[in-house]
Amino acid sequence: MVRVNQRDELAWEPGLTVARLLERMNYIYPHMVVRVNGVVVEEEAYADYPIPDGAEVSVIHLIAGG
Amino acid sequence: MTDKITRHVLAEFPYQRSPVERGYTNQTLYINVSDYTIAARPVTDFMKEKFIGGRGFDLWLLWNAVKDTTRWNDPENEVVISPGPCSGVTQYPGSGKSIVATISPTTHVVTDCNVGGHFGPQLKFAGWDALELQGIADRDVIVVIDGPAGKVTIEELPEAPTDTHLLGAWLTEALAETPEDRYVISTVTTGTGAEHTLIGCLNFSLFDRKRNDIRYKQAARGGPGTVFRHKRIKAVVVIGFPVKGTSVAPADPERLARVGAKMQREVHEYDPKQNRMRNRGTPYLVHIMNAYDLLPVHNFKFGAHPDHVKIMADVWEARFTQGLPDGCWYGCTLACAHAVDGFELRTGPYQGQRVIVDGPEYETVGALGSDCGIFDPDAILELNFYCDTYGIDTISFGNLTAFVMECYEAGILNLERTGGLDLHFGNAAAALELLHQMGRGEGFGLIAGQGVRRMKQIFAEEYGADPAFLWDIGVEVKGMEQSMYMSKESLAQQGGYALTNKGPQHDEAWLIFMDQVNNQIPTFEDKAEALHYFPMWRTWFGLCGFCKLLWNDVIPPSNKYSQEPAKIPEHVANYVEVFSAVTGREVTKEDLIRMSEAVYNFQRVFNWRLGGGSRKDDIPPYRAVGPVTKEEYESRQERYDKQLRELVGVDPTSLTTEEKMAALRQYREGRYQQLMDAVYKRRGWTPNALPTLEKLHELGIDLPEVVEVVKRYL
Repeated sequence: MVRVNQRDELAWEPGLTVARLLERMNYIYPHMVVRVNGVVVEEEAYADYPIPDGAEVSVIHLIAGG
Repeated sequence: MTDKITRHVLAEFPYQRSPVERGYTNQTLYINVSDYTIAARPVTDFMKEKFIGGRGFDLWLLWNAVKDTTRWNDPENEVVISPGPCSGVTQYPGSGKSIVATISPTTHVVTDCNVGGHFGPQLKFAGWDALELQGIADRDVIVVIDGPAGKVTIEELPEAPTDTHLLGAWLTEALAETPEDRYVISTVTTGTGAEHTLIGCLNFSLFDRKRNDIRYKQAARGGPGTVFRHKRIKAVVVIGFPVKGTSVAPADPERLARVGAKMQREVHEYDPKQNRMRNRGTPYLVHIMNAYDLLPVHNFKFGAHPDHVKIMADVWEARFTQGLPDGCWYGCTLACAHAVDGFELRTGPYQGQRVIVDGPEYETVGALGSDCGIFDPDAILELNFYCDTYGIDTISFGNLTAFVMECYEAGILNLERTGGLDLHFGNAAAALELLHQMGRGEGFGLIAGQGVRRMKQIFAEEYGADPAFLWDIGVEVKGMEQSMYMSKESLAQQGGYALTNKGPQHDEAWLIFMDQVNNQIPTFEDKAEALHYFPMWRTWFGLCGFCKLLWNDVIPPSNKYSQEPAKIPEHVANYVEVFSAVTGREVTKEDLIRMSEAVYNFQRVFNWRLGGGSRKDDIPPYRAVGPVTKEEYESRQERYDKQLRELVGVDPTSLTTEEKMAALRQYREGRYQQLMDAVYKRRGWTPNALPTLEKLHELGIDLPEVVEVVKRYL
């Protein structure tokens, strides 16, 4: 299990990456800050960055409206 | 070109133009159209220190102009327009705004609008930090502020049309002596719809040199156009001066240039990789909002619709004239104010004409589109154009049309009551006819044009509809129709809309993602802190004449490492620099919040003075808080059942949908009450939303007349 934003639980799967997590969460906003266990992940690394089982993931959408 | 028309000058006021110094001209212009008084008034140091400019000046001038009993249609009510000290800056993008304030015909408290176009900066360059329009004329008048000639006139121009796209062009053409003069002329106009409804907007013009034509930006919320036309003012025109980098006479031009260049580079480099506002403007949000269940559909019942793809950014980007970044003020590299050129109208009095449609912005797409179940881009453009030229707020029109559509489908309205309008969701033709009725001042348009709150009362009294149901589904607070974000799943945004001074417009606080998605503000105290900081921060843009979009629609790379990424600290630091460089007043980021806090608290006291402002006025309708109908609950049953189990502590398995809805409602409404308590405490207010004397003293606005109002209610 992975916990997202200290609230939402997502079943862990083998090979889970940041990109896959964003896809499963339907997080499509183009500008986010992703941290996996407190470590900032650069956008270029989303496709390959592994998320271990039990990870705490923070996905901060940098959007503050009109 | 002036020989083309006959100008009947009713009053003339020659003046010595006050030069701009450090963002200010140090005088305001007062005009009374009842008795044709025109006067210059000084800007005091106290005004600059405590009210800064823009919305702050508007509120201070309006406070001194009206009585406790003044209603929107009384002669002493004013339309006040002020640009703010930083408006007119060309070095830093997004620095050309005007702020409008008046007592609203729908909320009966003060409404304020932040609007682009060239009027505010040119008003300043013509010598004025603010314009007060008071009185009610006995005939239609036009006010001309002629900076180069050094005179202000009140004129009767009997040939002048009323609807904006005609009047703005007519006036600009008539008053420009040379083609170049058109660049420095800006008009404020409205239209026939503002005469017949309470949701009238004002259109602020700009001459678009690339198109060689006139375009308009709207000050729309709360009915300022209605007040304007009720005064029988058809237009205010300013004739200003060619714009230079030194037009606002900044205290430190080099410092301003440095921070401006830095931000211009940032926009140039990162906007193409981020929101692409320069290409497609705010409609980029349609797809995003739909994905997060936040796009209003069918009068805010739902947050997504499969047909949203028909009205998302790509559709508009293809319609917007390509290769033309569209700024609403000089020097704005974000240039997001896009337009559709050569749009052929299919209905109404201008059928067959090819026109420029300014927009649509995201809010307009949501209001005229998804919220009404209309997913036809041509219909949205046609509605957008006619709203603008008739002088009608697109957000209020879309919101109230969605409301009557739901009433129609619920059997509260029928063909007889609507005069033959088949107001099912998705019927664009009926929506257009409703709009044309508002323009003509006839039929059901006259009822709908009074706004959602008034319709609730009419439908209950005259059609026997259930008042509780109407209260639940009419998405307005204080009498203002809510803008286009779903707030059901964000308690903080429910407060962001309803715990406002003017009504549910997202320009005070937009916390949905911080709350609902990011979970950055989980506790009541966290939400209260956000509902303190962000409304104050956003208020500051209106004090100075800035556009909010440059703060957080382009994000610097460093932001991801910030401890408070939602605040975009690097951009806050930019604004500290810009304000200090323009005014010569050295400030800190904390000072900016304090400036806003003084004005914000003053505005809340102003609301109390006018009979609003209390806790009961801050309650949202339940449609903005949770599912009103079975249809809504069952459409997101998994979500709501989960919340009942995990948050409410109720097992939903043995409950009917009605029982589950009741349990969820009790929980959510209770949480909202707790939020109110927390927010009022954080803001230094009583539990009834009244600023305390201690707070006023702390902010330095414990003026005798302000204290006197507060003491009445303590």
